[in-house]
Amino acid sequence: MKNTKKDTKKQINFTIDGIQVSVDEGTTILEAAGQLNIHIPTLCYHEDLCVAGNCRVCVVEQEKLKSLPASCATPAAEGMVIHTNSMKVRLARKHIVELLLSEHNADCTKCYKNGICELQGLASQMLTGDHMFLDLVPDHKYTIDMFNSAIIKDDSRCIRCQRCVRTCEELQAVSALGVAYRGNNMKISTFFEHPLFEVVCTNCGQCVNRCPTGALIERNYIDQVWDAIYDTNKHVVVQTAPAVRIALGEALGMHPGKIVTGKMVAALKRLGFDSVLDTDFTADLTIIEEGNELLTRLKKALLDKDPNVSLPMATSCSPGWIKFIEHTFPEFLGNLSTCKSPQQMFGALVKTYYCQKRKLDAKNVVSVSIMPCTAKKFEANRPEMRSSGYKDVDFVLTTRELGIMIKQAGLDFESLPDEHFDSLMGASTGAAVIFGTTGGVMEAALRTVYEVVTGREIPFEGLNITAVRGTEGEVREASLKIEKTKPEWKFLDGVELKCVVANGLAHAKKVMQDVKDGKAHYHFIEIMACPGGCLGGGGQPIPTNKDIRTKRKQAIYEEDMGMAIRKSHENPDVQLIYKEFLGQPLGHKSHELLHTHYTPRKRY
Amino acid sequence: MATNNNNYIAELVGQYGKNRTSLMPILQGVIEKKNFISDQDMTEIAKELDLSAAQVYGTATFYSFLETQPRGQYIIRVCKTITCDMHGKKTIVQTIEDMLKIKAGETTPNKKFTLLETNCLGWCHEGPAMLINEKPYSGLTPEKVHDILSEYMHK
Repeated sequence: MKNTKKDTKKQINFTIDGIQVSVDEGTTILEAAGQLNIHIPTLCYHEDLCVAGNCRVCVVEQEKLKSLPASCATPAAEGMVIHTNSMKVRLARKHIVELLLSEHNADCTKCYKNGICELQGLASQMLTGDHMFLDLVPDHKYTIDMFNSAIIKDDSRCIRCQRCVRTCEELQAVSALGVAYRGNNMKISTFFEHPLFEVVCTNCGQCVNRCPTGALIERNYIDQVWDAIYDTNKHVVVQTAPAVRIALGEALGMHPGKIVTGKMVAALKRLGFDSVLDTDFTADLTIIEEGNELLTRLKKALLDKDPNVSLPMATSCSPGWIKFIEHTFPEFLGNLSTCKSPQQMFGALVKTYYCQKRKLDAKNVVSVSIMPCTAKKFEANRPEMRSSGYKDVDFVLTTRELGIMIKQAGLDFESLPDEHFDSLMGASTGAAVIFGTTGGVMEAALRTVYEVVTGREIPFEGLNITAVRGTEGEVREASLKIEKTKPEWKFLDGVELKCVVANGLAHAKKVMQDVKDGKAHYHFIEIMACPGGCLGGGGQPIPTNKDIRTKRKQAIYEEDMGMAIRKSHENPDVQLIYKEFLGQPLGHKSHELLHTHYTPRKRY
Repeated sequence: MATNNNNYIAELVGQYGKNRTSLMPILQGVIEKKNFISDQDMTEIAKELDLSAAQVYGTATFYSFLETQPRGQYIIRVCKTITCDMHGKKTIVQTIEDMLKIKAGETTPNKKFTLLETNCLGWCHEGPAMLINEKPYSGLTPEKVHDILSEYMHK
């Protein structure tokens, strides 16, 4: 059916480099060339974003036209004759890159993006060599914003392609970054050029993931982590988030969609971490705490008719989402689950429970986390994240930073054997793994909540609740009817649990606006700040685009299906910690270590 | 002061609407009222139009006639482009600087005058030229500038 619909689209016939092509009306020259495997260089273009056409690197020659059109912004037209590699095109592209370089602080050896910079890649491809243009960098006053724990913005490396501005507006509906001033003074700026930490930036890092140069980068903590590893007095514990194991391979030359859990563990052990543990463990713990929190709120609302209970309840795992709601909908902070994110639960437990069991002094323990996320760096630095008496998570590294460390250590990642996480806070379930994708927290929670309430497994084939599996670019609503409950949950019998799943802050904003306007009524909301969920996080390997996210998502569900245990409440380490340490879900110790509060912030 | 602030923004929003296309006339309206747009004004406008503050800042800074910092009652803009420059713009600026005891880019302590340099005013045939608020003056000489400014100083 789909095909016939496609066939009815008007076809455009034209020629690229002597090859006759026929494409759907509306296809750009760049896309058509891609279909023929002809690679046209681009900079401002990004699959996830609207077309800007401002860098001009993708120009092509069109016969009978004097100027060179930008192929990303020009739809194919009937009878066009296009040359992508003529002398005129090559010279123009080279001049364009040279002009960009004349305003770019190209001290590449001092740049974090050295070797993976798209501008550097084009310069080397085009053999720019001796530029014919004046170097304008020394005459310019540039701002470097290094005041943020997560993201560094260096205007001297910015080529003003505006990928970041479009990301912040289109995908995240935040617009912390905008375009200010005009002409040669034009710059990418926050409101009144305030540092990022003073404005509405959520630290999601989607801009960092899309910046083609070193203008927006994560603050890296690689050296600090090496120092800790080399310090013989320190016991260094590392935790790895669910979405890292399905993307790390990309940072080390492997194809997208490879599950590298075992190799990642092996690599971390060889880097010298004393204990390699799994954030999945606290993801499962989150489900127990959050699931019970949801049930408690439902009980208060439905049975006790408490008017002060905050429903819908929203997930709190995504620190970008947390900062977003603090800025944008501070009146809904009571609706957030009070559960800390799995990273922070883990940190708090490392310096308490883990130290107790391993007979370690918490002051000698360094807790490191590997995250697909830049906002986690900010989260770890929040003042309330010190409930162990120490900084719960000392250093947060992105997937990319771990990739760099593995390269620095000279490990041949692909040939590493598969190894297992260490025990005590190393056990994982399928439910925890899917935390890495949109809809995953919801699905994991439902697998547990349904069973707690009814005593039966959730009635879906293979435990796969496909109805809540979020899709990119849409808000997914689903409802689940609870029937034949256990006697103590009688008030939930026949209740239709209404859920909604959204990824990307633009969609989160829509969900919250609908809730605010009284247009939508839910019990449980799952939000992940990044497109596709954590698998598309700001700390994931570059490039990240829709195609790559789809492959990572498949890998996550594959990993879930491959796990022996697929429900959080069956995680043996989780059962153990309640028995030995925490007591019961939402108990006194849980509240002290695993729950938090939020801070209203200004949107303007 | 703060309540006053809200009033004129609300008035302008009432007049032009909350659409994004209303942003320009609202910003121009603020300039008419108080010759510069403060950060509070911008956040207020952003709130009303459901834009981010950075977006309003972007639009305001794009246009050189939408001032984003406090300026004097009279803003003097001397054309800095090539024709006026060749016709002696430098001495014009110097004359103004001497008279007002400020440098280009500065505002007099009594907040009466701000001296700026600007891009082409379209008076190349009669350069050097300058604007005082919205009034153009061309064919300038130091003497002429002296007379014009004296008049403004006594206003």
